[in-house]
Amino acid sequence: MRRRKFLSLISAGSLGTALAPRTGTAAATISGHPETLGVLHDSALCIGCRKCEAACREVNNLPTPDKYKTPEKPFTDLSVLERKRRTDFQRFTVVNKYRSKDGRTVFRKFQCNHCQEPACASACFVRALVKTPQGPVIYKPDLCVGCRYCMIACPYYVPAYDYGNAGNPLVYKCTMCAPRLARGQAPGCVENCPTDALAFGRRLDLLELARARIAAHPGRYTPRIYGEQEMGGTNWLYLSPVPHEELGQPRLGKIPAPELTSGALGAVAIVAGLWPAFLGGLYCISRRRDKTAEQDAALAAATARETAEAEAQETLRQALAKAEKEKEAAIAREVKKAREEAAREFEEKAAPQAKEESTPPPAGEPSS
Amino acid sequence: MNATTDRKKTALLELLRTPGNILTAFILALGLCITVLRFTKGLAGVTNLNDNYPWGIWISFDLLCGVALAAGGYAATTACHLFGLKDFRTSVRPAVTSAFLGYAFVVLALHYDVGQPWRLVYPIFLSQGTSSVLFEVGLCVFIYLSVLALEWSIAVFERLGWKKARARIVRLTIPLTVLGVILSTMHQSSLGALYLIAPSKMHPLWYSPFIPVFFFVSSIFAGMSMVIFEGSLAHRFLRGQMDEEHIRRGDAVVFGFGKAASITMLGYLLIRLYGVALDDNWRFLPTGYGLWFIAELAGFVALPSFLYALGVREKNTRRIRFAALLTIAGIVLNRFNVSLVAFNWQLAPEEKYFPHWMEIAVSAFIVTLIITAYRLICAYMPILRDDPDFETH
Amino acid sequence: MDNVFYSLQDFMLHTKTLTYILMGLGLPAMLGWWLFLTGRDEEIRKY
Repeated sequence: MRRRKFLSLISAGSLGTALAPRTGTAAATISGHPETLGVLHDSALCIGCRKCEAACREVNNLPTPDKYKTPEKPFTDLSVLERKRRTDFQRFTVVNKYRSKDGRTVFRKFQCNHCQEPACASACFVRALVKTPQGPVIYKPDLCVGCRYCMIACPYYVPAYDYGNAGNPLVYKCTMCAPRLARGQAPGCVENCPTDALAFGRRLDLLELARARIAAHPGRYTPRIYGEQEMGGTNWLYLSPVPHEELGQPRLGKIPAPELTSGALGAVAIVAGLWPAFLGGLYCISRRRDKTAEQDAALAAATARETAEAEAQETLRQALAKAEKEKEAAIAREVKKAREEAAREFEEKAAPQAKEESTPPPAGEPSS
Repeated sequence: MNATTDRKKTALLELLRTPGNILTAFILALGLCITVLRFTKGLAGVTNLNDNYPWGIWISFDLLCGVALAAGGYAATTACHLFGLKDFRTSVRPAVTSAFLGYAFVVLALHYDVGQPWRLVYPIFLSQGTSSVLFEVGLCVFIYLSVLALEWSIAVFERLGWKKARARIVRLTIPLTVLGVILSTMHQSSLGALYLIAPSKMHPLWYSPFIPVFFFVSSIFAGMSMVIFEGSLAHRFLRGQMDEEHIRRGDAVVFGFGKAASITMLGYLLIRLYGVALDDNWRFLPTGYGLWFIAELAGFVALPSFLYALGVREKNTRRIRFAALLTIAGIVLNRFNVSLVAFNWQLAPEEKYFPHWMEIAVSAFIVTLIITAYRLICAYMPILRDDPDFETH
Repeated sequence: MDNVFYSLQDFMLHTKTLTYILMGLGLPAMLGWWLFLTGRDEEIRKY
């Protein structure tokens, strides 16, 4: 009951706020487009007839035989199922045969899963891959540069490249027959499936259908819908009688690709904001250090000069003072000498006069 | 006039005489032939790339290693202009030259790898896939190449004698240096971040939310080691182009960067270890891949870090040069490990990729072009010597 | 600004585009601020 009410809320067109939120970012309330379309593949019903492969090739006008490899065997030849195949640039879908651990033969159709949060679209640096609200992840051949990062990103190994083309090599993958969808038709593979292995409809309805099928046939299915949450959920969903890993499905987490890289891209912005401040600051600090070192050196030089000058002046002053003293002493000495000389002269002059008065002057000489 | 033409002629003839140059000529000729094949027969004609391995050695080596090893540009300019360490002045121009050539030829290499290289400008000018890490790498590399071109143009203007143009760029030194570090941090880390998008395809020991930090930090000591390595090659083979100061300062650069690299590598070793602890990946160590992981860190990070330290302590330049070589090998090993060993580790052995000999030839071609360009530039421009007509820079 | 985002991818494209533009404005703004801040400093280096 709760589920039906929940579904009616969805079909009324409101955003699925009740759906599991993503991590605690602002993007927590984002969920897929409510009308998004998908396909449910049921391995319990799949007989490995390969009619879906044939239909895909016809609908997409894919060439036969393969012009680069040896001609491929016709679609009625089931011996190809003996080896595992993957998609390539002329084969958008393949059916592979698996042997489960309990010995059963199980078939699984493999093609682009048209993820809710496509890693290829997140990876594409030129927006050549786009998730449409209708459901298909479409490719724009006029933009593609051929970097092949989408092929690195896709966890399912879906996109293929036309390596042999020199002039216009492109990426190739299932388109979910977007043109047919636009006309209200189901994808070619779904329409040509002779059993009910493929069901086409709204993703949310298909999830409901899958859960109903599991509940209605206890033990027939492994109780997990592959694609419900893988990397944010896919539009192609899988039911299997055995654990999905035994059918070659990769074990994936729930975190969608855009979230895996959002941290690194965010860090880029932080760097662009903070590094100028840090590096500018570093430059200023080293300049300041150089400047104060220069100032200190200049100051030391100036101080040294001043001290030297002061010392020199002191020496000079002392020398001058000494010279002055010596000069004075010399003058004093001379003065003393002159005085003594004068006194002696005076005495010498005075002495002969006294002698003259006691003896007669010699004849003929005038007395002084 | 005659003297200069004669000098150029002799230089050219001299070029063709040594065995090294004959090898160069051979690689260049072979590379040109393969180039023609690449663009007439597509990637299938010259590579072993397939749908499971869309990226081969042109990405692992030419792009990832090329960019990491060109990091000497921002390392040297930072040491000299931002930290103010005058010892490193003589290492700046050679480092900027090799970084400029490195990035320019990375862009050239991308023209081989990408399916429609004539559309390489689309993501920047036509349709911006801003959710993509590769967009950030492309935008960054594009801008950084311009920054390097500007920084390098000083030497060009000196050679041409265009004083005003030179003065104008010289005034921009600090902003260009800062911008260079910002851009380098961003794209070095983003090259690692490319692999964040494919956790299910990566071996847990090499996948970590910290891959961007690992790539950035390792680019620091990769650049320093390249400056040491290229410096030792220049001292040996291009000594005639060097002036006295460049020869004299060589050892100071070797010791300085050797010291810096040693401590940075220890930090890097620790964060790689913490990365294992944080994700509780210990159980992967006692496996084949685990041993390889330990070998990468022990032999090519721990060991050279220790040898750097020994060399610095003992003032032994030979030991430091050897450590530089080991470090560079370690960077190459790490980039290959992330992109070709850890990536797709779960695929069966018969599905694994091995490069076509022509891929190797093209990579050798590009490296040879870089070396040849570098030699020509050093011969004719003031890279390993100062131009006496201009004030030192 | 009340865009409805149906996928995280659309959200990221929107926010990252805006952030890149802001970064493109922010870096020159930083430079301008720097020149303003250090405009009256004495020159000690010639570059």
